[in-house]
Amino acid sequence: MRTFLKNLAIYGPLTIFAIATLVPFAYLVSSAFKTEEAFFSSVFLPMQETAPGQYAAWWQLWKLDWSGLTLDNFKVLLFEARPSIGRAVLNSVFFASASAIVATIGSAMGGYALSKFQWFGKSLTLNIVLASLVIPGALLLAPGYQVLYELGLLDSYAGLILPMAAPAFGVFLFRQSIIQAVPNELLEAGRIDGCGEIRLFAIVVLPLVRPMVGAFVLITFLGSWNNFLGPQIVLQTADKQPLAVAVAQLQGVYGTAFGPIMAGTVIAVTPILVLFLMLQRDFIAGLTSGAVKG
Amino acid sequence: MVSAAPPRQASTRRKPGKLRAGWAPYFFIAPFALTFFIFMIYPLGYSMLLATRQTAGPSVWRPVGLANFYDLLTDPEFWLAMKNTSIFALASISIQLPASLALALLLNRPDVKGRAFWRMIFFAPSLVGLAFVAILASLIFAKNNGLMNQFTAAFGGDPEFPWLETYILPAIVIASFWMYVGFNMVYFLAALQSIDKSLIEAAMVDGAGPWDRFLHVTIPSIRPIGSFIVLLSLIGSFQLFELPYLLLGYGSGPDQRGLTVVMLLYQRGFEVGDLGMASAIGWVLAMLLVGFALAQRFFGKSMTGA
Repeated sequence: MRTFLKNLAIYGPLTIFAIATLVPFAYLVSSAFKTEEAFFSSVFLPMQETAPGQYAAWWQLWKLDWSGLTLDNFKVLLFEARPSIGRAVLNSVFFASASAIVATIGSAMGGYALSKFQWFGKSLTLNIVLASLVIPGALLLAPGYQVLYELGLLDSYAGLILPMAAPAFGVFLFRQSIIQAVPNELLEAGRIDGCGEIRLFAIVVLPLVRPMVGAFVLITFLGSWNNFLGPQIVLQTADKQPLAVAVAQLQGVYGTAFGPIMAGTVIAVTPILVLFLMLQRDFIAGLTSGAVKG
Repeated sequence: MVSAAPPRQASTRRKPGKLRAGWAPYFFIAPFALTFFIFMIYPLGYSMLLATRQTAGPSVWRPVGLANFYDLLTDPEFWLAMKNTSIFALASISIQLPASLALALLLNRPDVKGRAFWRMIFFAPSLVGLAFVAILASLIFAKNNGLMNQFTAAFGGDPEFPWLETYILPAIVIASFWMYVGFNMVYFLAALQSIDKSLIEAAMVDGAGPWDRFLHVTIPSIRPIGSFIVLLSLIGSFQLFELPYLLLGYGSGPDQRGLTVVMLLYQRGFEVGDLGMASAIGWVLAMLLVGFALAQRFFGKSMTGA
């Protein structure tokens, strides 16, 4: 009895929280696969009518109303929407991958320079890196837009990727992990063997901080995939918009027809959740290490 | 790509054990230095200039001196945005963070089974981007057939209750709670797991009950990380924008009850086209956030007596 009460006190709240967390996902997925009619007659899965106006309970899966389930919402987005949602998927994949690769290389290079070399301006640069961590992104919106305008980078992916090519918090994270994981003796041994500086970085330093590389690729990929404000401000052509902007615009196009809007959200959210399931450990390590960002 | 052209530099002249200066560090810091100068230092300097201008888009402007700041601080819209944003920040800190801590304490118990499983579930919503959470929330809080109304109707509530017209801030708080409670839980969990086990054992030997152990061992041990999480949460809350903006259909809602400071910045800068006023709002916000950071350093230190 005591253990039962104790288990109830632990798993009761956990279960309630877990259900509250998962219900919006269930609502999202089920709405994406339902016809508009079924959407208004059922909360989650469409159920058969047992009497006029009466529907079977949601857990009676054998009484599922199959005619209420459909792939039309996805077909509409793929084949009828202009531009097609497929275009937005490709844009998102390109934008998130390119910015993750560029930002990781740029940050790792910066972290290497600030940890394994003595040079003029090093401590000043390090202080600048730390100070810039407290600058709120919102302050840079207006002048950043102006700068992109002057450089002719508006409405281009370069205008989104270049400003984040070597973010200060990435440089700082890589500095910390290179100090910890890369022994000076190894670098010296490489140099004595005649290994060039760039090769040394690529074949000695990067492999030694592999966990940090993995975590940082993940967090920057996630950040760009979910970035709404950047593309909303920088990109103007509809064909160039990534999923975050394209899916948000579906609300204006479809209004109260929830099906296509939910289908678009499913398309945008699923890849991230699948990636997370596969790489859970790296993800959480990466995001908690990002805590220094502020 | 990067390793394609290994430089053929003589490497025998240097003394072993000494790190080399030469061109290499400047080469490696170049991506950071260049992008930092072009996209951070220059815009920051520029925004001081912009803040003294009134603009219509990026190319048309006239100087107005400090009038932007005067206009802003006497503008009732700005104070409404400050009020809404502050209420949201307070709610985040007083509701969401304690819930995150409670979940972390539950998951930190040595007798909990499936910790990774629970953590995965609670953490999942924070992976969903703000824009997607906003869209999902706008359907969940929808007047007709939204999930929230179907749920409350089961308990006798109004089945067509206009959440996004009546309870705008609560809807935003609930959506952000769903999104971030597990995220902050992961931080608290990391803090709890770093507590020195011998401290807890010593307290048990001295006969301290669970409540005493929580108050006198757990809380002081996680205070440094805890105050840091409060600061991050405060800074994040004061930059609230996408969630209400998209939840309310590209706007601030009825009577502007969903207007936030960054939304005001966005509206003035990119909908009206006055990048000058937007810069002024940005500086006022930045001052406020730097103030929070300084206060955290001050209080964080004085509380731990260091």
